Amino acid sequence: MIRVENLGIVFNQGTALENRALHNVNIAIAAGEFISVIGSNGAGKSTLLNLLAGELQPGTGRILIDDTDVTSWPVSRRSTILSRMFQDPRAGICEDMSIIENIAIASARTAPRGFRFAITSEVRRRAIDRLAILKLGLEGRLQDRVALLSGGQRQALALVMATLGPTKVLLLDEHTAALDPAAAELVMKLTDSVVKKFGITTVMVTHSMRQALEFGSRTIMLHQGQIILDIIGKERASMTIEELVRLFRRKEGTEIADDQLLLTQ
Amino acid sequence: MSLYAFTGAIETGLAFALVALGAYLTFKVLDFPDLTVEGSFPLGASVAAKLMVSGVDPWTATLIATFAGCLAGFATAFLNLKLRILHILAGILTAIALYSVNLRIMDRPNIGLINMTTVYTPIERLGVPSLYAPVVLLAIIVVIAKILIDLFLGTGVGLAMRAAGANPRMAQANGIRVGRMIVIGLGIANGLTAMSGALFAQMLGAADVSMGIGVIVVALAAVIGGTALMPSRLVPMLTLACVLGSILYRIALALALSTGAIGLTASDVNVVTAVLVAIALWLPVRRSAFVKRLGR
Repeated sequence: MIRVENLGIVFNQGTALENRALHNVNIAIAAGEFISVIGSNGAGKSTLLNLLAGELQPGTGRILIDDTDVTSWPVSRRSTILSRMFQDPRAGICEDMSIIENIAIASARTAPRGFRFAITSEVRRRAIDRLAILKLGLEGRLQDRVALLSGGQRQALALVMATLGPTKVLLLDEHTAALDPAAAELVMKLTDSVVKKFGITTVMVTHSMRQALEFGSRTIMLHQGQIILDIIGKERASMTIEELVRLFRRKEGTEIADDQLLLTQ
Repeated sequence: MSLYAFTGAIETGLAFALVALGAYLTFKVLDFPDLTVEGSFPLGASVAAKLMVSGVDPWTATLIATFAGCLAGFATAFLNLKLRILHILAGILTAIALYSVNLRIMDRPNIGLINMTTVYTPIERLGVPSLYAPVVLLAIIVVIAKILIDLFLGTGVGLAMRAAGANPRMAQANGIRVGRMIVIGLGIANGLTAMSGALFAQMLGAADVSMGIGVIVVALAAVIGGTALMPSRLVPMLTLACVLGSILYRIALALALSTGAIGLTASDVNVVTAVLVAIALWLPVRRSAFVKRLGR
């Protein structure tokens, strides 16, 4: 599904602030796989996600999705085959527009937009169907402005928007990190059920070791711009959070300055 | 204020309502402060006037002028998107260039249209007094333009344009080409502005190369003033607010200048406008501060 080859990017090249954010990253992600990406601050998690989404252009290497080289595709074009959720609950939606308007925008992600009315009975019907799955009552509030929704409700809406149309890849950028624990739990469970239901290939960046192991089928750990751990199957199933941290230290051979970040629940 | 001055305020307000609707698209929907209008307004007037004195019928001339305005919008979009020039500066550059272009089009600084057949002539022939003919026709055109914009903003492209202005990152993540939306939005806005210039010149009886000065402030006064007086989140209400804002601005201006007591004259128009715009900008700030105080 996704093939990342020799991917590298350097920020502020040639200055005192030069930072090799990613270096020679190779990874193959199978169709339907749900990968969680962990690592301390500055490890390159978000950089990897932004490269996949097209918001950053790599210095070296290429990205293939379904054997198509998408490395040079701008964000809007890449969005026709992949969808995303952001950390900031305000980032993935238009606050001043209604729920149904937001959904109408998202439902046209993969199709050309024309001069016909965007909010058709078909769009409305699908919106109600998909919002009802959330069990948040949003299906009865289609005309409400999104600004009236809580952070958790917004992310739930953003999830529906991201998975409404056909999508080959779902990118989650710490999408529960800005929510309170209860809302984070809810959005994560909803995400998991939607991803499983539609079998979407998913890459989730997270700060939570627990979330990384509990959800998905594979976990990779980044450190200083490189993949230092890639666990799957039985090895992953029997892994505990404590073991994961120990493994990380052994692989890296250094103490991590902020254990706190790695151990956040 | 005399009836004549009042009618004048209404018809000028209606003519500039088209500029206000365009400014709503650029300033409010796209979040793109477009100063191209300072050039595209006289461009519309120049093109229409030149064509009319060359024997082209007034409706065709007005339509071609509108199309010329679209091209001016595309020029600004090109400067902003391809040459990466700051939006506000891109508009200024196009407007400056258009000053010379307009002189070229007309071959002189102004063209008189007095006693020519204009778009208003058929209305007069229907028996409408010539004083009210422009009001009738402009009202019809403005209502049509307003409804078309309302409908447009509900289409797939229209929603995409609103998303592109409100949250470009989200728009791109939903497959929307933000640059394309800017091109379309600036095209429509400057087309409307040029149409306004063409209609205004025919009403005034002349096209003048300097008639674009201050158009942007007038448009802002209408959009900001209108939406401050009628706050709403609904597109049809907001476009209505822009149209009414444009008319109310002209009435307020006429009132301010006609009450001899304050001692204002026509030359004080710009300072009165600046004060009105400043008040309109301050109103929402004061209102939200007031709401906050109530909340405590």
